[in-house]
Amino acid sequence: MLCQNCKKHTATVHLTDLIGGDKQERHLCEACAGQEGVMIKQHVSINDVLNSFLMCQAGVQELSRVKCPQCGLSFVEFKSQGLLGCPNDYDAFGEALASVIERAQDGRTHHTGKSPGEVVTIDPVQQRRLDLQRELREAVEAEDYERAAKLRDEIAGLDKK
Amino acid sequence: MKLDDLVHSPGEWLQTGGPMSDVVISTRIRLARNLAGYNFLGRATPDQRRKIERTLFEAISASDFGKNTFYVDIDKSDMLDRQFLVERHLISRQHAEGEGSRGVAISNTETLALMINEEDHLRIQVLRRGLNLDDAWEETSRVDAALESLVDFAFHKQYGYMTACPTNCGTGLRVSVMLHLPALKLTNEIEKVFRAAKEMRLAVRGLHGEGTDALGDLFQISNQVTLGYSEEEILTGFRADVIPSIVRYEQEARRVLTKNKPAALDDKIWRALGTLENARAISSDEALFLLSHLRMGVVLDRIKHIDLSAISEMFLATQSAHLQKRCGQRLDGEERSVARAEYIRQKLSQARPSRN
Repeated sequence: MLCQNCKKHTATVHLTDLIGGDKQERHLCEACAGQEGVMIKQHVSINDVLNSFLMCQAGVQELSRVKCPQCGLSFVEFKSQGLLGCPNDYDAFGEALASVIERAQDGRTHHTGKSPGEVVTIDPVQQRRLDLQRELREAVEAEDYERAAKLRDEIAGLDKK
Repeated sequence: MKLDDLVHSPGEWLQTGGPMSDVVISTRIRLARNLAGYNFLGRATPDQRRKIERTLFEAISASDFGKNTFYVDIDKSDMLDRQFLVERHLISRQHAEGEGSRGVAISNTETLALMINEEDHLRIQVLRRGLNLDDAWEETSRVDAALESLVDFAFHKQYGYMTACPTNCGTGLRVSVMLHLPALKLTNEIEKVFRAAKEMRLAVRGLHGEGTDALGDLFQISNQVTLGYSEEEILTGFRADVIPSIVRYEQEARRVLTKNKPAALDDKIWRALGTLENARAISSDEALFLLSHLRMGVVLDRIKHIDLSAISEMFLATQSAHLQKRCGQRLDGEERSVARAEYIRQKLSQARPSRN
Protein backbone atom coordinates (compact mmCIF):
# COMPACT_ATOMS: atom_id res chain seq x y z
CA MET A 1 0.00 0.00 0.00
CA LEU A 2 1.29 3.45 -0.90
CA CYS A 3 1.30 6.40 1.44
CA GLN A 4 -1.92 8.38 1.00
CA ASN A 5 -0.07 11.62 1.40
CA CYS A 6 3.00 11.51 -0.86
CA LYS A 7 1.83 8.49 -2.88
CA LYS A 8 5.47 7.55 -3.35
CA HIS A 9 6.57 5.47 -0.40
CA THR A 10 5.13 2.37 1.19
CA ALA A 11 2.70 3.14 3.99
CA THR A 12 4.03 1.71 7.21
CA VAL A 13 2.12 3.86 9.69
CA HIS A 14 -1.59 3.11 10.01
CA LEU A 15 -3.69 5.55 11.91
CA THR A 16 -7.25 5.58 13.11
CA ASP A 17 -8.65 9.03 13.72
CA LEU A 18 -11.91 9.67 15.45
CA ILE A 19 -13.83 12.48 13.86
CA GLY A 20 -17.15 13.17 15.49
CA GLY A 21 -17.31 9.58 16.61
CA ASP A 22 -16.60 8.12 13.16
CA LYS A 23 -13.45 6.17 12.59
CA GLN A 24 -11.29 7.28 9.72
CA GLU A 25 -8.30 5.24 8.68
CA ARG A 26 -5.20 6.72 7.18
CA HIS A 27 -2.10 5.04 5.86
CA LEU A 28 1.12 7.01 5.71
CA CYS A 29 4.79 6.45 5.13
CA GLU A 30 7.16 7.10 7.98
CA ALA A 31 8.34 10.45 6.63
CA CYS A 32 4.83 11.88 6.14
CA ALA A 33 3.71 10.54 9.49
CA GLY A 34 6.73 12.19 11.07
CA GLN A 35 5.78 15.51 9.46
CA GLU A 36 2.32 15.21 10.93
CA GLY A 37 3.85 14.68 14.31
CA VAL A 38 2.74 11.10 14.66
CA MET A 39 4.74 9.12 17.13
CA ILE A 40 6.92 6.46 15.69
CA LYS A 41 8.16 3.99 18.20
CA GLN A 42 11.51 5.23 19.36
CA HIS A 43 12.07 2.57 21.89
CA VAL A 44 14.88 0.31 20.74
CA SER A 45 13.90 -3.24 21.46
CA ILE A 46 16.43 -5.60 22.89
CA ASN A 47 15.90 -7.88 19.91
CA ASP A 48 16.93 -5.18 17.46
CA VAL A 49 20.05 -4.57 19.46
CA LEU A 50 20.80 -8.26 19.63
CA ASN A 51 20.23 -8.84 15.95
CA SER A 52 22.39 -5.97 14.83
CA PHE A 53 25.01 -7.13 17.25
CA LEU A 54 24.99 -10.71 16.08
CA MET A 55 25.03 -9.77 12.43
CA CYS A 56 28.32 -8.01 12.77
CA GLN A 57 29.90 -10.82 14.71
CA ALA A 58 32.20 -13.06 12.69
CA GLY A 59 32.17 -15.92 15.11
CA VAL A 60 28.44 -16.52 15.39
CA GLN A 61 29.05 -20.24 15.54
CA GLU A 62 31.48 -19.83 18.40
CA LEU A 63 29.02 -17.72 20.28
CA SER A 64 26.14 -20.13 19.91
CA ARG A 65 28.09 -22.65 21.92
CA VAL A 66 28.46 -20.43 24.96
CA LYS A 67 26.21 -21.78 27.67
CA CYS A 68 25.76 -20.67 31.27
CA PRO A 69 26.83 -23.53 33.55
CA GLN A 70 24.39 -22.33 36.19
CA CYS A 71 21.06 -22.18 34.34
CA GLY A 72 21.95 -23.85 31.03
CA LEU A 73 20.81 -20.95 28.86
CA SER A 74 22.83 -20.48 25.67
CA PHE A 75 23.65 -17.08 24.23
CA VAL A 76 21.61 -17.93 21.15
CA GLU A 77 18.55 -18.68 23.27
CA PHE A 78 19.06 -15.35 25.00
CA LYS A 79 19.19 -13.76 21.57
CA SER A 80 15.82 -15.16 20.57
CA GLN A 81 14.03 -14.36 23.85
CA GLY A 82 15.80 -11.21 25.00
CA LEU A 83 15.72 -12.45 28.58
CA LEU A 84 18.54 -13.87 30.65
CA GLY A 85 18.20 -17.11 32.63
CA CYS A 86 20.01 -16.28 35.85
CA PRO A 87 22.28 -13.67 37.43
CA ASN A 88 25.34 -15.76 36.53
CA ASP A 89 24.66 -15.12 32.79
CA TYR A 90 26.06 -11.62 33.26
CA ASP A 91 29.49 -13.21 33.77
CA ALA A 92 29.04 -16.40 31.74
CA PHE A 93 28.28 -14.54 28.49
CA GLY A 94 31.28 -12.27 29.03
CA GLU A 95 32.20 -9.88 26.24
CA ALA A 96 29.27 -10.88 24.05
CA LEU A 97 26.76 -9.69 26.64
CA ALA A 98 28.91 -6.71 27.63
CA SER A 99 28.66 -5.48 24.06
CA VAL A 100 24.87 -5.96 23.99
CA ILE A 101 24.51 -4.06 27.24
CA GLU A 102 26.70 -1.24 26.03
CA ARG A 103 24.50 -0.79 22.95
CA ALA A 104 21.24 -1.08 24.85
CA GLN A 105 22.40 1.31 27.57
CA ASP A 106 23.63 4.08 25.29
CA GLY A 107 27.32 3.35 25.72
CA ARG A 108 27.19 2.97 29.48
CA THR A 109 28.98 -0.03 30.91
CA HIS A 110 29.27 0.45 34.68
CA HIS A 111 26.70 0.90 37.42
CA THR A 112 27.16 4.17 39.30
CA GLY A 113 23.98 4.14 41.38
CA LYS A 114 23.28 2.78 44.82
CA SER A 115 24.47 -0.56 46.15
CA PRO A 116 22.40 -2.81 48.39
CA GLY A 117 22.00 -1.29 51.83
CA GLU A 118 22.53 2.28 50.68
CA VAL A 119 19.69 4.73 50.87
CA VAL A 120 19.61 7.45 48.26
CA THR A 121 18.14 10.70 49.42
CA ILE A 122 17.77 13.88 47.48
CA ASP A 123 20.17 16.54 48.66
CA PRO A 124 18.06 19.66 49.34
CA VAL A 125 20.86 22.06 48.34
CA GLN A 126 21.37 20.24 45.05
CA GLN A 127 17.61 20.32 44.52
CA ARG A 128 17.46 24.06 45.15
CA ARG A 129 20.36 24.65 42.77
CA LEU A 130 18.58 22.70 40.01
CA ASP A 131 15.39 24.66 40.53
CA LEU A 132 17.25 27.96 40.42
CA GLN A 133 19.14 26.98 37.29
CA ARG A 134 15.90 26.17 35.56
CA GLU A 135 14.37 29.48 36.62
CA LEU A 136 17.48 31.25 35.41
CA ARG A 137 17.17 29.65 31.98
CA GLU A 138 13.54 30.69 31.85
CA ALA A 139 14.37 34.25 32.89
CA VAL A 140 17.04 34.54 30.20
CA GLU A 141 14.65 33.13 27.60
CA ALA A 142 12.05 35.67 28.65
CA GLU A 143 14.75 38.39 28.53
CA ASP A 144 14.03 39.26 32.14
CA TYR A 145 17.62 40.16 32.94
CA GLU A 146 16.91 41.78 36.26
CA ARG A 147 15.44 38.56 37.58
CA ALA A 148 18.22 36.55 35.89
CA ALA A 149 20.87 38.57 37.74
CA LYS A 150 19.14 37.91 41.06
CA LEU A 151 18.94 34.20 40.35
CA ARG A 152 22.57 34.09 39.28
CA ASP A 153 23.61 35.65 42.59
CA GLU A 154 21.49 33.21 44.51
CA ILE A 155 23.12 30.26 42.71
CA ALA A 156 26.56 31.71 43.41
CA GLY A 157 25.56 31.96 47.08
CA LEU A 158 24.64 28.28 47.13
CA ASP A 159 27.95 27.30 45.57
CA LYS A 160 29.85 28.99 48.39
CA LYS A 161 28.11 26.90 51.02
CA MET B 1 -9.18 -3.98 52.24
CA LYS B 2 -9.59 -6.13 49.19
CA LEU B 3 -9.78 -5.75 45.47
CA ASP B 4 -13.53 -5.25 45.24
CA ASP B 5 -13.33 -2.29 47.62
CA LEU B 6 -11.47 -0.41 44.94
CA VAL B 7 -14.39 -0.47 42.51
CA HIS B 8 -16.22 2.49 43.95
CA SER B 9 -13.25 4.63 44.81
CA PRO B 10 -11.15 6.41 42.25
CA GLY B 11 -7.93 5.68 44.16
CA GLU B 12 -6.61 8.16 46.65
CA TRP B 13 -3.74 9.12 44.43
CA LEU B 14 -6.18 10.19 41.74
CA GLN B 15 -8.17 12.57 43.85
CA THR B 16 -6.08 15.68 44.00
CA GLY B 17 -4.44 17.23 41.01
CA GLY B 18 -0.86 17.44 42.23
CA PRO B 19 1.89 19.74 40.92
CA MET B 20 1.61 20.83 37.26
CA SER B 21 -1.61 18.89 37.01
CA ASP B 22 -2.80 21.07 34.14
CA VAL B 23 -0.43 19.01 32.00
CA VAL B 24 1.09 16.25 34.11
CA ILE B 25 -1.33 13.45 35.00
CA SER B 26 0.91 11.23 37.07
CA THR B 27 4.41 10.23 38.04
CA ARG B 28 5.39 6.59 38.29
CA ILE B 29 8.64 5.19 39.64
CA ARG B 30 9.52 1.55 39.26
CA LEU B 31 12.43 -0.51 40.55
CA ALA B 32 13.29 -3.97 39.22
CA ARG B 33 14.78 -6.43 41.70
CA ASN B 34 15.59 -10.15 41.76
CA LEU B 35 16.37 -12.41 44.68
CA ALA B 36 19.96 -13.63 44.83
CA GLY B 37 20.38 -17.40 44.64
CA TYR B 38 17.50 -18.04 42.23
CA ASN B 39 17.26 -18.21 38.46
CA PHE B 40 15.37 -15.47 36.66
CA LEU B 41 11.78 -16.45 35.95
CA GLY B 42 12.31 -17.75 32.42
CA ARG B 43 14.49 -20.49 33.88
CA ALA B 44 12.74 -21.00 37.21
CA THR B 45 10.80 -24.19 37.94
CA PRO B 46 7.19 -23.88 39.17
CA ASP B 47 8.48 -24.82 42.62
CA GLN B 48 11.12 -22.07 42.54
CA ARG B 49 8.49 -19.56 41.43
CA ARG B 50 6.38 -20.45 44.44
CA LYS B 51 9.37 -20.10 46.75
CA ILE B 52 10.23 -16.72 45.30
CA GLU B 53 6.64 -15.56 45.71
CA ARG B 54 6.51 -16.80 49.31
CA THR B 55 9.87 -15.26 50.25
CA LEU B 56 8.91 -11.87 48.87
CA PHE B 57 5.38 -12.00 50.25
CA GLU B 58 6.78 -12.75 53.72
CA ALA B 59 9.32 -9.94 53.48
CA ILE B 60 6.56 -7.50 52.49
CA SER B 61 4.31 -8.71 55.31
CA ALA B 62 7.14 -8.31 57.83
CA SER B 63 7.88 -4.73 56.76
CA ASP B 64 6.31 -1.61 58.20
CA PHE B 65 4.84 -0.53 54.91
CA GLY B 66 3.44 -4.04 54.40
CA LYS B 67 0.85 -3.56 57.14
CA ASN B 68 -1.08 -1.20 54.92
CA THR B 69 -1.12 -3.48 51.91
CA PHE B 70 -3.36 -6.27 50.67
CA TYR B 71 -2.30 -9.10 48.43
CA VAL B 72 -3.92 -10.28 45.21
CA ASP B 73 -2.98 -13.73 43.91
CA ILE B 74 -2.97 -13.00 40.19
CA ASP B 75 -2.68 -16.64 39.17
CA LYS B 76 -5.95 -17.41 40.95
CA SER B 77 -7.76 -14.22 39.89
CA ASP B 78 -10.17 -14.22 36.98
CA MET B 79 -9.49 -12.24 33.82
CA LEU B 80 -11.89 -9.44 34.79
CA ASP B 81 -10.04 -8.72 38.04
CA ARG B 82 -6.71 -8.82 36.26
CA GLN B 83 -7.94 -6.41 33.59
CA PHE B 84 -9.33 -4.18 36.33
CA LEU B 85 -5.88 -3.96 37.95
CA VAL B 86 -4.26 -3.20 34.59
CA GLU B 87 -6.72 -0.36 34.01
CA ARG B 88 -5.76 1.09 37.40
CA HIS B 89 -2.06 0.82 36.49
CA LEU B 90 -1.52 -1.47 39.49
CA ILE B 91 -0.17 -4.37 37.43
CA SER B 92 1.22 -4.54 33.91
CA ARG B 93 -0.49 -6.23 31.01
CA GLN B 94 2.37 -8.73 31.01
CA HIS B 95 1.66 -9.58 34.64
CA ALA B 96 -2.05 -10.04 33.89
CA GLU B 97 -1.44 -12.31 30.95
CA GLY B 98 1.48 -14.28 32.41
CA GLU B 99 1.52 -17.78 33.81
CA GLY B 100 2.49 -19.46 37.06
CA SER B 101 2.46 -18.28 40.66
CA ARG B 102 2.53 -14.52 40.82
CA GLY B 103 0.77 -11.73 42.62
CA VAL B 104 0.71 -8.12 43.65
CA ALA B 105 0.74 -6.37 47.02
CA ILE B 106 -1.18 -3.10 46.82
CA SER B 107 -1.22 -0.37 49.43
CA ASN B 108 -4.66 0.76 50.60
CA THR B 109 -4.08 4.15 49.01
CA GLU B 110 -3.00 2.46 45.73
CA THR B 111 0.13 4.60 45.65
CA LEU B 112 2.33 1.54 46.04
CA ALA B 113 2.17 -1.76 44.20
CA LEU B 114 4.68 -4.59 44.45
CA MET B 115 4.42 -7.01 41.55
CA ILE B 116 5.86 -10.42 42.33
CA ASN B 117 7.01 -12.68 39.49
CA GLU B 118 6.33 -10.37 36.61
CA GLU B 119 9.37 -10.18 34.28
CA ASP B 120 11.60 -9.91 37.34
CA HIS B 121 11.03 -11.42 40.77
CA LEU B 122 9.97 -8.05 42.10
CA ARG B 123 8.85 -4.75 40.65
CA ILE B 124 8.34 -1.97 43.17
CA GLN B 125 6.00 0.67 41.77
CA VAL B 126 5.07 3.99 43.30
CA LEU B 127 2.44 6.30 41.79
CA ARG B 128 1.77 9.98 42.41
CA ARG B 129 -0.55 12.60 40.98
CA GLY B 130 0.97 15.35 38.89
CA LEU B 131 4.72 15.83 38.75
CA ASN B 132 5.94 14.52 42.08
CA LEU B 133 9.29 12.86 41.54
CA ASP B 134 10.88 13.44 44.94
CA ASP B 135 7.92 12.28 46.93
CA ALA B 136 7.57 9.19 44.74
CA TRP B 137 11.28 8.48 44.99
CA GLU B 138 11.25 8.86 48.76
CA GLU B 139 8.62 6.14 49.10
CA THR B 140 10.29 3.87 46.51
CA SER B 141 13.62 4.18 48.24
CA ARG B 142 12.12 3.50 51.66
CA VAL B 143 10.36 0.35 50.45
CA ASP B 144 13.49 -0.86 48.66
CA ALA B 145 15.61 -0.32 51.79
CA ALA B 146 13.08 -2.07 54.03
CA LEU B 147 13.04 -5.14 51.78
CA GLU B 148 16.80 -5.11 51.37
CA SER B 149 17.19 -5.45 55.11
CA LEU B 150 15.22 -8.72 54.90
CA VAL B 151 16.25 -10.36 51.61
CA ASP B 152 19.31 -10.35 49.32
CA PHE B 153 18.83 -8.91 45.86
CA ALA B 154 21.08 -10.09 43.02
CA PHE B 155 23.75 -7.44 42.59
CA HIS B 156 26.84 -7.26 40.36
CA LYS B 157 29.80 -4.96 40.91
CA GLN B 158 29.84 -3.78 37.32
CA TYR B 159 26.22 -4.17 36.23
CA GLY B 160 24.47 -3.19 39.45
CA TYR B 161 21.09 -4.77 40.16
CA MET B 162 20.79 -7.73 37.82
CA THR B 163 17.56 -8.02 35.87
CA ALA B 164 16.16 -10.63 33.48
CA CYS B 165 16.32 -8.16 30.61
CA PRO B 166 19.65 -6.32 30.47
CA THR B 167 17.85 -3.13 29.40
CA ASN B 168 16.84 -2.75 33.07
CA CYS B 169 20.13 -3.57 34.78
CA GLY B 170 22.12 -1.10 36.88
CA THR B 171 19.68 0.96 38.90
CA GLY B 172 16.67 -1.05 37.74
CA LEU B 173 14.98 2.33 37.84
CA ARG B 174 12.31 3.35 35.37
CA VAL B 175 10.69 6.74 35.78
CA SER B 176 7.54 7.41 33.75
CA VAL B 177 5.61 10.62 33.62
CA MET B 178 2.15 10.67 32.05
CA LEU B 179 1.37 13.87 30.20
CA HIS B 180 -1.84 15.24 28.74
CA LEU B 181 -0.92 17.12 25.56
CA PRO B 182 -4.11 17.97 23.67
CA ALA B 183 -3.03 21.43 22.51
CA LEU B 184 0.27 20.24 21.05
CA LYS B 185 -1.71 17.56 19.24
CA LEU B 186 -4.24 20.08 17.92
CA THR B 187 -1.55 22.48 16.75
CA ASN B 188 0.47 19.65 15.18
CA GLU B 189 3.47 20.39 17.36
CA ILE B 190 3.73 17.08 19.15
CA GLU B 191 6.94 16.56 17.19
CA LYS B 192 8.61 19.01 19.61
CA VAL B 193 7.99 16.60 22.44
CA PHE B 194 9.53 13.71 20.60
CA ARG B 195 12.56 15.74 19.71
CA ALA B 196 13.08 16.93 23.28
CA ALA B 197 12.61 13.40 24.57
CA LYS B 198 14.93 11.85 22.02
CA GLU B 199 17.71 14.25 22.86
CA MET B 200 17.48 13.13 26.46
CA ARG B 201 17.32 9.41 25.58
CA LEU B 202 13.78 9.11 26.75
CA ALA B 203 11.05 6.93 25.28
CA VAL B 204 7.59 8.24 24.41
CA ARG B 205 4.68 5.83 24.53
CA GLY B 206 0.91 5.73 24.63
CA LEU B 207 -1.47 5.32 27.53
CA HIS B 208 -0.83 1.72 28.39
CA GLY B 209 2.89 1.53 27.76
CA GLU B 210 4.92 -0.03 25.02
CA GLY B 211 3.32 -0.34 21.62
CA THR B 212 0.07 1.39 22.53
CA ASP B 213 -1.51 4.44 20.93
CA ALA B 214 -1.60 7.85 22.49
CA LEU B 215 -5.32 7.59 23.16
CA GLY B 216 -6.89 10.60 24.81
CA ASP B 217 -3.76 12.65 24.00
CA LEU B 218 -2.02 10.91 26.89
CA PHE B 219 1.69 10.34 26.49
CA GLN B 220 4.08 8.49 28.74
CA ILE B 221 7.68 9.63 28.88
CA SER B 222 10.23 7.33 30.47
CA ASN B 223 13.97 6.85 30.69
CA GLN B 224 15.55 4.21 28.48
CA VAL B 225 18.96 4.02 30.09
CA THR B 226 19.16 2.43 33.53
CA LEU B 227 22.90 1.75 33.74
CA GLY B 228 25.73 4.21 34.27
CA TYR B 229 23.67 7.00 35.79
CA SER B 230 22.86 7.30 39.47
CA GLU B 231 19.25 7.28 40.62
CA GLU B 232 19.50 10.98 41.36
CA GLU B 233 20.88 11.76 37.90
CA ILE B 234 17.99 9.94 36.27
CA LEU B 235 15.46 11.82 38.40
CA THR B 236 17.22 15.11 37.78
CA GLY B 237 16.89 14.68 34.02
CA PHE B 238 13.13 14.61 34.43
CA ARG B 239 12.85 17.26 37.10
CA ALA B 240 15.16 19.88 35.70
CA ASP B 241 14.94 19.52 31.96
CA VAL B 242 12.59 17.33 30.06
CA ILE B 243 9.29 17.59 31.84
CA PRO B 244 9.34 21.33 32.58
CA SER B 245 10.17 22.09 28.95
CA ILE B 246 7.41 19.85 27.60
CA VAL B 247 4.97 21.37 30.07
CA ARG B 248 5.97 24.82 28.80
CA TYR B 249 5.43 23.78 25.15
CA GLU B 250 1.95 22.53 25.98
CA GLN B 251 1.06 25.60 28.03
CA GLU B 252 2.28 27.83 25.24
CA ALA B 253 0.23 25.89 22.66
CA ARG B 254 -2.83 26.26 24.88
CA ARG B 255 -2.21 29.97 25.26
CA VAL B 256 -1.92 30.40 21.49
CA LEU B 257 -5.12 28.42 20.90
CA THR B 258 -6.99 30.46 23.48
CA LYS B 259 -5.75 33.73 22.03
CA ASN B 260 -5.89 33.06 18.30
CA LYS B 261 -8.65 30.50 17.91
CA PRO B 262 -10.97 30.79 20.90
CA ALA B 263 -14.07 29.87 18.89
CA ALA B 264 -12.50 26.75 17.37
CA LEU B 265 -11.19 25.74 20.78
CA ASP B 266 -14.49 26.26 22.55
CA ASP B 267 -16.28 24.45 19.76
CA LYS B 268 -14.17 21.36 20.37
CA ILE B 269 -14.55 21.53 24.13
CA TRP B 270 -18.30 22.15 24.19
CA ARG B 271 -19.03 19.63 21.46
CA ALA B 272 -17.15 17.08 23.55
CA LEU B 273 -19.28 17.95 26.56
CA GLY B 274 -22.44 17.90 24.46
CA THR B 275 -21.73 14.45 23.11
CA LEU B 276 -20.74 13.06 26.48
CA GLU B 277 -23.87 14.49 28.10
CA ASN B 278 -26.17 13.03 25.49
CA ALA B 279 -24.62 9.88 24.02
CA ARG B 280 -26.58 6.66 24.58
CA ALA B 281 -23.74 4.38 23.50
CA ILE B 282 -20.09 5.29 23.35
CA SER B 283 -16.93 3.30 22.60
CA SER B 284 -13.94 3.52 24.91
CA ASP B 285 -11.86 5.16 22.17
CA GLU B 286 -14.44 7.85 21.55
CA ALA B 287 -14.90 8.42 25.29
CA LEU B 288 -11.14 8.91 25.73
CA PHE B 289 -11.03 11.25 22.77
CA LEU B 290 -13.87 13.41 24.11
CA LEU B 291 -12.77 13.28 27.76
CA SER B 292 -9.39 14.56 26.63
CA HIS B 293 -11.02 17.67 25.12
CA LEU B 294 -13.21 18.06 28.18
CA ARG B 295 -10.16 17.93 30.45
CA MET B 296 -8.52 20.65 28.41
CA GLY B 297 -11.68 22.74 28.73
CA VAL B 298 -11.64 22.34 32.50
CA VAL B 299 -7.96 23.15 33.05
CA LEU B 300 -8.25 26.15 30.73
CA ASP B 301 -11.26 27.30 32.74
CA ARG B 302 -13.48 27.35 29.65
CA ILE B 303 -15.76 24.96 31.55
CA LYS B 304 -16.16 25.98 35.15
CA HIS B 305 -18.72 23.63 36.64
CA ILE B 306 -16.75 20.39 36.36
CA ASP B 307 -13.88 19.39 38.65
CA LEU B 308 -10.63 17.94 37.43
CA SER B 309 -11.15 15.03 39.84
CA ALA B 310 -14.47 14.17 38.15
CA ILE B 311 -12.65 13.98 34.82
CA SER B 312 -9.93 11.75 36.26
CA GLU B 313 -12.61 9.50 37.65
CA MET B 314 -14.32 9.26 34.28
CA PHE B 315 -11.04 8.42 32.52
CA LEU B 316 -10.68 5.53 34.96
CA ALA B 317 -14.23 4.29 35.39
CA THR B 318 -15.16 4.21 31.69
CA GLN B 319 -12.67 1.42 30.97
CA SER B 320 -14.11 -2.01 30.21
CA ALA B 321 -13.30 -3.94 33.38
CA HIS B 322 -14.30 -1.00 35.56
CA LEU B 323 -17.73 -0.81 33.93
CA GLN B 324 -18.26 -4.54 34.38
CA LYS B 325 -17.15 -4.54 38.01
CA ARG B 326 -19.47 -1.61 38.66
CA CYS B 327 -22.44 -3.38 37.04
CA GLY B 328 -21.49 -6.62 38.74
CA GLN B 329 -21.84 -8.62 35.54
CA ARG B 330 -20.16 -9.46 32.26
CA LEU B 331 -21.02 -7.13 29.42
CA ASP B 332 -20.32 -7.57 25.74
CA GLY B 333 -18.95 -4.72 23.63
CA GLU B 334 -22.32 -3.20 22.82
CA GLU B 335 -23.57 -3.43 26.39
CA ARG B 336 -20.38 -1.80 27.60
CA SER B 337 -20.89 1.12 25.22
CA VAL B 338 -24.37 1.63 26.66
CA ALA B 339 -23.17 1.28 30.28
CA ARG B 340 -20.31 3.68 29.58
CA ALA B 341 -22.59 6.34 28.12
CA GLU B 342 -24.99 5.92 31.04
CA TYR B 343 -22.21 6.28 33.61
CA ILE B 344 -20.85 9.40 31.93
CA ARG B 345 -24.29 11.02 31.66
CA GLN B 346 -24.92 10.36 35.33
CA LYS B 347 -21.52 11.70 36.38
CA LEU B 348 -21.95 14.85 34.29
CA SER B 349 -25.49 15.50 35.48
CA GLN B 350 -24.21 15.49 39.07
CA ALA B 351 -21.72 18.18 38.07
CA ARG B 352 -24.29 20.25 36.23
CA PRO B 353 -25.10 23.55 37.95
CA SER B 354 -28.79 24.00 38.76
CA ARG B 355 -30.52 26.31 36.30
CA ASN B 356 -32.58 29.12 37.74
